[in-house]
Amino acid sequence: MAQKAIREYDAKSILAKHWNKYFPDFTYAYETVMVQDGSQLIEAAKTASWLNEKTLVAKPDMLFGKRGKNGLVLFKDAKPGDVSLAKAAQWIGEKSASEQKVFFSFDGDTPTGEPSVDKLTHFVVEPFTPHAQEEEYYVSATCVGENDVIYMSAEGGMEVEEGWDDKVTEVAFPITATEEEIAYKIRTSVPEDVAQKDKAAFAEFCIGFFRAYRELNFAYLEINPFVMQGNKIELLDMVAKLDDTAGFMMVDEWGDVEYPTAFGMEAKSPEVEAVEEADAKTGASLKLTLLKPEARIWTMVAGGGASVVYADTIADMAGIDDLANYGEYSGGPTTGETKFYAETLLDLMTREADSTGRGKVMIIGGAIANFTDVAKTFTGIIQAFEVYAQKMKAVDLKIYVRRGGPNYEKGLKDIKEAADRLGLYIEVYGPETHVTDIVRMALEK
Amino acid sequence: MEQLYTRDTQAIFWNNNTTAIQRMLDYDYTIQRKTPSVAAIVAPTSNNKFEKFFFGPNEVMIPLFKTTATAKAAQPQADVLLNFASFRTAYDVTMEALEIGGFSSMMITAEGIPERLARGMNQTAREKNVIIIGPATVGAITPGAFKVANIGGTITNIVQSKLHRAGSCGLVTRSGGLFNELSNIISINADGIAEGVAIGGDRFVGSVFIDNLLRMEKNPAVKYMILLGEVGGTEEYKVIEAIKSGTITKPVIAWCIGTIAKYYDSGVQFGHAGASANGEMETADYKNSAMKEVGIHVPTSFNELPAMIKEVFESLKLEDIPEPEMSTVPASRRSKEFICTISDDRGEECTYAGFPISSVATPSTGKGIGDVISLLWFKKQYPLWATDFIETVLKTVADHGPAVSGAHNAKVTARAGKSVVESLVTGLLTIGPRFGGAIDGAAKYFKYANDNNLDPKAFLKYMKGEGVPIPGIGHRIKSLKNPDLRVTGLMNYAAEHFPSTPLLDYAKTVEALTTSKKENLILNVDGTIGILMVDMWRALGYSEEEINDFVDSGTLNAFFIVGRSIGFIGHVLDEKRLAMPMYRHSMDDILYDVPKAEKIK
Repeated sequence: MAQKAIREYDAKSILAKHWNKYFPDFTYAYETVMVQDGSQLIEAAKTASWLNEKTLVAKPDMLFGKRGKNGLVLFKDAKPGDVSLAKAAQWIGEKSASEQKVFFSFDGDTPTGEPSVDKLTHFVVEPFTPHAQEEEYYVSATCVGENDVIYMSAEGGMEVEEGWDDKVTEVAFPITATEEEIAYKIRTSVPEDVAQKDKAAFAEFCIGFFRAYRELNFAYLEINPFVMQGNKIELLDMVAKLDDTAGFMMVDEWGDVEYPTAFGMEAKSPEVEAVEEADAKTGASLKLTLLKPEARIWTMVAGGGASVVYADTIADMAGIDDLANYGEYSGGPTTGETKFYAETLLDLMTREADSTGRGKVMIIGGAIANFTDVAKTFTGIIQAFEVYAQKMKAVDLKIYVRRGGPNYEKGLKDIKEAADRLGLYIEVYGPETHVTDIVRMALEK
Repeated sequence: MEQLYTRDTQAIFWNNNTTAIQRMLDYDYTIQRKTPSVAAIVAPTSNNKFEKFFFGPNEVMIPLFKTTATAKAAQPQADVLLNFASFRTAYDVTMEALEIGGFSSMMITAEGIPERLARGMNQTAREKNVIIIGPATVGAITPGAFKVANIGGTITNIVQSKLHRAGSCGLVTRSGGLFNELSNIISINADGIAEGVAIGGDRFVGSVFIDNLLRMEKNPAVKYMILLGEVGGTEEYKVIEAIKSGTITKPVIAWCIGTIAKYYDSGVQFGHAGASANGEMETADYKNSAMKEVGIHVPTSFNELPAMIKEVFESLKLEDIPEPEMSTVPASRRSKEFICTISDDRGEECTYAGFPISSVATPSTGKGIGDVISLLWFKKQYPLWATDFIETVLKTVADHGPAVSGAHNAKVTARAGKSVVESLVTGLLTIGPRFGGAIDGAAKYFKYANDNNLDPKAFLKYMKGEGVPIPGIGHRIKSLKNPDLRVTGLMNYAAEHFPSTPLLDYAKTVEALTTSKKENLILNVDGTIGILMVDMWRALGYSEEEINDFVDSGTLNAFFIVGRSIGFIGHVLDEKRLAMPMYRHSMDDILYDVPKAEKIK
């Protein structure tokens, strides 16, 4: 996926790093620390003196919003704005100690839907900034269709979502818009409700913000709210996504940025992480998502399109309860890369026998390849069979193969011979069989 | 443009991807195209001038260039760019080609170009009316005319899937692998495709479904269209609108893959980068039913697609498409070890650059040795003034007496009892930077100075910096007052017969400065020859780059070698006739200074 969410802390750090370039007329103190528990915060105070000197705000930094409504923003002890370092550390300690319920949607202040339950592992701590409601503003930018759109509002905070159409001014720009065009349109589109004294500064801040969004390859960037006091800016809350395909150009600009798993989402398994790592290193494509690792049907399908067709067909014919994974390999992976990918899958699918006693199914599918050498990739799969043959037999694994493309006759013949030699159950089909027909065959057994 | 490609379409292939290019040429040969579909290859880091490929059983050479600009200048008719650069450079390559202009379509294969760059590139192309196919695609094909790189796979699969000749379906997919699969399905259930495009899997691609379908709507060869969409994005709705508004009237069969995505939250990415639904409208189910509502033929699942194609195709009652004649690519071919581009002895009579020897040999042909050199060295028929100049040069440099080192070596070797050829090469081996090499050096340095607009003073300063005396300047005894008549002869000839002599004119301004310092620093015969050769090539229409290639490859020295061989052979034969004894140098003429060698511990 090209667009990846980053932590609020990282978003602020990236803006702070380039502050003088995009916001030369404004100041931002960049007083923010990210910690994983209370003791880390105490430790951080040894170098960041403001943690001792100022009262604080603490909140989790784990890609979810509505933290206030979930009661997960610490800004008061006895009264607002009196949170000390010790209190913040204690609160973080409490909140990180046990699993927390988080609701993602609310009707007013009433949570709706089921909460996600997970541990809080990352928190940001910042100074408490006393300010008036009128000093809070909203700005965000993203890509809609072909255009980049900036959204500006005189009302910051969570209220924005509740009166979007009335309160928010949208301005769209084609990708080819010049700096001058953008600046002109933003200046002439400042929301009416922005205080008269702030109008010019608000426009300049938004121009800088939109330029940062474009030049730093953000896919989504939101400050909700920012506080403007003269030329002093505070970034109270931020949400950001990066276009990670731009990573190779943005090594210095982004610094050490992390793409965390969202709260409530299961952490990636080491197998998935290993596949992602291998994918990053090759010009080919290796993808793996675990849907239900204990399920009986595993797919190892070549091609981004064909893999979806197989998943669709399995869902149609067997339902998703039987589908263990989604993934694909394509773009001409080497024999070694294919072997690694096949071994990863075989390792996962042979850990436990099917609980219903029906045996496991492995679909080695694919369309007719354009340039991937089928025999070469199948050599990798065969090598993996050799390693896992005993375990495969132990879970009563049946293999169904369908593939076409360069050298496919040899590939099919080799894999059939290897499976027969190893005593594995296999059925092998070429381009004369409809691409997903092996799913039907496998299910009929 | 009704049709993406024709049988005359030629491409510039960016990146020397020999497998993909060979597949294109195999396709060309199979469908009996007259010209290879790849006219030039851009290979920035290669120093080769061409790459060999098979065209059927024979081999052809496709020229290699370091930049898109030079490739396009050399092959202006090639209006398709096949951009096989990596995701790091594909954007720059496309933008540069858009700037150069003259391309009607560009295909970009890289996956994962930064989104912002991809959007800018796509928009710029749109403004310039250039069709972009991709990024992240395997390309497009107009069967029977032109195929991009690897699309369709191997030649066996292409013929099996009837991609070797135009059928009646217009096919648009996102996925490259499924494009191939659908071609196969269409060949089984219908009569093949008339044009097909895999638009690419990235989130931002250049031409989208509707762009391609609208072109196919206008293409009379396309009788119905198949669209294979995906979960994510809203491009299918543009097609729905076009059908509602009557812009698209041909039957359309469509299916969106990714119906499974509805079972999982948005964290699961199915398929391509573009395949992720934001909202219900972008789900595969929603799109499939919306398409069905406007009369698009939508099957109940991907498995039912073949039956749907068969049904729609048969309802059209189209005439059978005749199978065209095909050539068969030989199963085994051997690459040739040697290449010859100057002469050919395979026919009745050996030819020099296409001219039978008898047509240039005898006096009655009116051809001289200058003509033979122009044919065999330059593969061109030079005009008379140029061939006469070449002959003048050969005659001028034929000999310069027995004392020069080359002649001396030849004579010493002959006196050692060696043969003519051994004695001759001994003399020839002396030719180099200090003996005869001034012709090369003069051409190189004077041309450099002239190309860079150095005035004579700046040129002298530059040569001082290089630490070499100016080649082609200076004579042992001759001076302005006592001119070298060989030089006078060459200059007079040039003044009378050359269309212009810009480099010689420049060299004379340099000579004016050097002779003001010292009488004998005149332009000598080597310098005059080297400089006038450059002027000759310029007047013959060679580019500066080609002339630099001549200089760098030692062509100027070659004139000296041929000319002076006449003199060397004369000296060798002279020795043989005189039956001179073995030569031994007089010891009196050698300074002996031989200390005892130190021992190193």
